Amino acid sequence: MEVVDLGFWTVPLAVFAGAIRVSTPFLLVSLGECLTERSGRINLGLEGTLVMGAMSGYAISYLTGSPWLGVLVAGVVGSGFGLAHGIICNMPRVNDIALGIALMLFGTGLAFFLGKGFIQPKAPNLPAIPLGWWSDIPQIRAALEINVLFVLGVLLTPLLLFFLNRTRWGLMLRTVGDSEDAAHAAGISINRVRILATMAGGFLAGIGGSFLSLYYPGSWNEGLSSGQGITAVALVIFARWNPLYCFYASLLFGGAGALGPALQAVGFTQGYYLFNAAPYFLTLAIMIATSSSSGKFSGAPGELSVTR
Amino acid sequence: MKFLSNRLVVASEAIALPVVSLAVSLILFGLFVTAAGVDPFEAMALMYKGAFGSAFSIENTLQRAAPLILAALCTALPAQLGMVIIGGEGALVMGGLAAAAVALALPDSSSPLTVQIMMALGGMIMGGAWIGLCGALRHYRGVNETISSLLLTYIAIAILNHMVGGPMRDPASLNKPSSPPIGDANMIGTIPGMDVHWGLIFGIVFCIITYILMSRTTFGFAARIVGGNAKAAAISGLPVGQLLIITCLIGGAAAGLAGMVEIAAVHGAANEPLAAGYGYTGILVAFLARQNPMAIIPVAILLGGIDASGGLLQRRLDLPDASVLVLQGIIFVVILTSETLFGRFKIFTPREASDGSR
Repeated sequence: MEVVDLGFWTVPLAVFAGAIRVSTPFLLVSLGECLTERSGRINLGLEGTLVMGAMSGYAISYLTGSPWLGVLVAGVVGSGFGLAHGIICNMPRVNDIALGIALMLFGTGLAFFLGKGFIQPKAPNLPAIPLGWWSDIPQIRAALEINVLFVLGVLLTPLLLFFLNRTRWGLMLRTVGDSEDAAHAAGISINRVRILATMAGGFLAGIGGSFLSLYYPGSWNEGLSSGQGITAVALVIFARWNPLYCFYASLLFGGAGALGPALQAVGFTQGYYLFNAAPYFLTLAIMIATSSSSGKFSGAPGELSVTR
Repeated sequence: MKFLSNRLVVASEAIALPVVSLAVSLILFGLFVTAAGVDPFEAMALMYKGAFGSAFSIENTLQRAAPLILAALCTALPAQLGMVIIGGEGALVMGGLAAAAVALALPDSSSPLTVQIMMALGGMIMGGAWIGLCGALRHYRGVNETISSLLLTYIAIAILNHMVGGPMRDPASLNKPSSPPIGDANMIGTIPGMDVHWGLIFGIVFCIITYILMSRTTFGFAARIVGGNAKAAAISGLPVGQLLIITCLIGGAAAGLAGMVEIAAVHGAANEPLAAGYGYTGILVAFLARQNPMAIIPVAILLGGIDASGGLLQRRLDLPDASVLVLQGIIFVVILTSETLFGRFKIFTPREASDGSR
C-alpha cells in the first residue's frame, strides 16, 4: 500500500490520532485523581507515581515478557505510593499539598535510580486494536490503532460516574469529601475511605505511567513524562470533579499535545517548543477562565484543600 | 528571662526535630543503598568527603548552595502567607533568560558593572513578574497558586527552549542550542580569597533583608497575620491581595536573581542546562528550613553538599546519579511526616504556654 499524500489533512488526522494516544495517561491519571479529590484529598505526587509506574511496568514486562503483568505491577506500585500518601496525610498537621510534592520528588528519584538498567533493553509492548481496517489509506489505519488502555479508560468513565452517583460506597466517598462532620455523624471511617480513594488514584496513575513506557513512546527513559501527572491533577479541577468531563478534557489535552509534532511533520517548524507547551498553557487558561475569586468552585468537594 | 527561655525552648524544637529527621533520613538512605549492594558507611563517608571533605569540595558545595538559597526564598516567603509556591524553577529560568537578553541587548561599549546591574535587575523583574502573576491569579481569580506556578514552570522551560533555539540562537552553537555568550568581561567574578562566585553573597544578603522585612517591619507583621488567618486579616482591613502579590514578587525576584547568577557566573549564556532543577531542590530547602529565611542559609549549604557529593558516589560506588534525588525525596517525606510531632513532646513545651499559644 502506498503512502498517500494527504497534504493539509495530515494535521487534523494526526491531532485526532494524538488525541486518542496522548490523552490516555491524562485520562487514567485524572480518573484516579477524580476519585481521590472527591474524597477530599489532593495527591500532587501522581507525577512521581506515573514515572514509577512507567519504570516498574517496563521492568516487569522486560523481565517476564508479559506487558500485561507489567501493567498490573505498575498499578500495584502506584497504589503503594497512594497508600503512603494516604497514611502520612492522616497524621495531624501534615500538609497534603506539600507531601504530594515530596512524594513526586521521591517517586521520580526512585524510578530514575531503579530504572537505570532498563534504559537500553527492549521490552515487549502492549498490543493495539486496529480499527482502521476499512480504510486503504495507511495514515488513517495508523490513526485508528486504538490502544487497549485507552479502551480501559473509556470503559472506566461511565463506571466511575455510576460508582460515584449511584452506589452506597460512592455516596460514602462523596460525604467524606464534602463534609467531615457529616461523615462523622454517619459513622463513616474518614481515614479508611481516603486511604482507599488515594490508593485507587495511585493504581490508575501507575497504569497511566505504564502506558507511556509500554505503548507510547514505548520505551523507558528519564525524560518520559514531562509533567503529564501533574497536568492531569490540574485537569481534574477544571473538569469539575466529574469523570465524564475528565474524559473530554483528556481528549482536548491529547489533541493539544499532538499539535506541535503534527505541525512539524508537515514542515511547519516555527515555535515547535511553544506548541509543546500548549497543554500547560491550555490548563492555565482554562483555570483562569473558570475560577472565581469570590466563593468556591461549583462542584468542588468541600474538604478539598486547594479550593478553600 | 522566662520569656527568653521559653523562646529558646520553642527554637530548640524547631531545630531538634529537623535534625532528628535528617538523621532518620540518612538511616533510611543507608538501608536503601545496602539493598542496592553498597556499603552504607562507605557511601556516607564518600558523601561527606564530596560535600565538605576538602577546600575544593566545600567551594563546590557553596557554589551550588547559592542558587538554592535564592530559589528557596521563592517558596519560603509566600509560604509565610499560607501559599504553597512550587514554581521557583520557572522563575529561575525566566530570570536567567531575561538576564541574558538584557546583556545581549546592551551596547558593547557598556561597562561590565552596568551590564551586571542591568542583568540582575532584568532577572529580578522577570522572576518577580512570573511568581507575582501566580499571586495575582490567586487573589483576583482564585486560581490555586501551587498548580499555576508549576504549569508556569513548564511554560517557562518551553519559552527558554524556543528562545535559544530560535530568536536568540547563536549560529555558532550547533547541537546544543544556546544564546550568544554574554562576554567574559561581563561575568560576575569570585569572592576574593575563595573560588566561590558572588551569588552566595547575593543569597545571604537577600535572606537577611527578607528576614528583617518579615520579622521586624509592619509589612512582615501584616503578612504573618494573613498567613495565620486570611479571612480575619481581610476583616481587620489589611490589604490581603497587595500583601500576597508583593510577597510573591519578592520571592520570584529572588529566584530570578538565582537565574541571573547561573547565567552570569556559571554558564555565560542562556541554554537548556539553566533548568538544572535548583528550583525543585529549593522547595525542599524551604520546607527543611521551616520557611525561615535565616535558616535557609545553612540548610541550602547542607543540600548543596548532598548535590555536590552525587558525582563522587557515582564514580566510586557506581551508584546512579539519581541516588541524590532518592536521598532528597526521603528527606522531604520524613521532614513533612515529622511535622506531626511538633508540640507532642513535653520537653519542648514552654511552661507558660500550656494554654496552647506559642
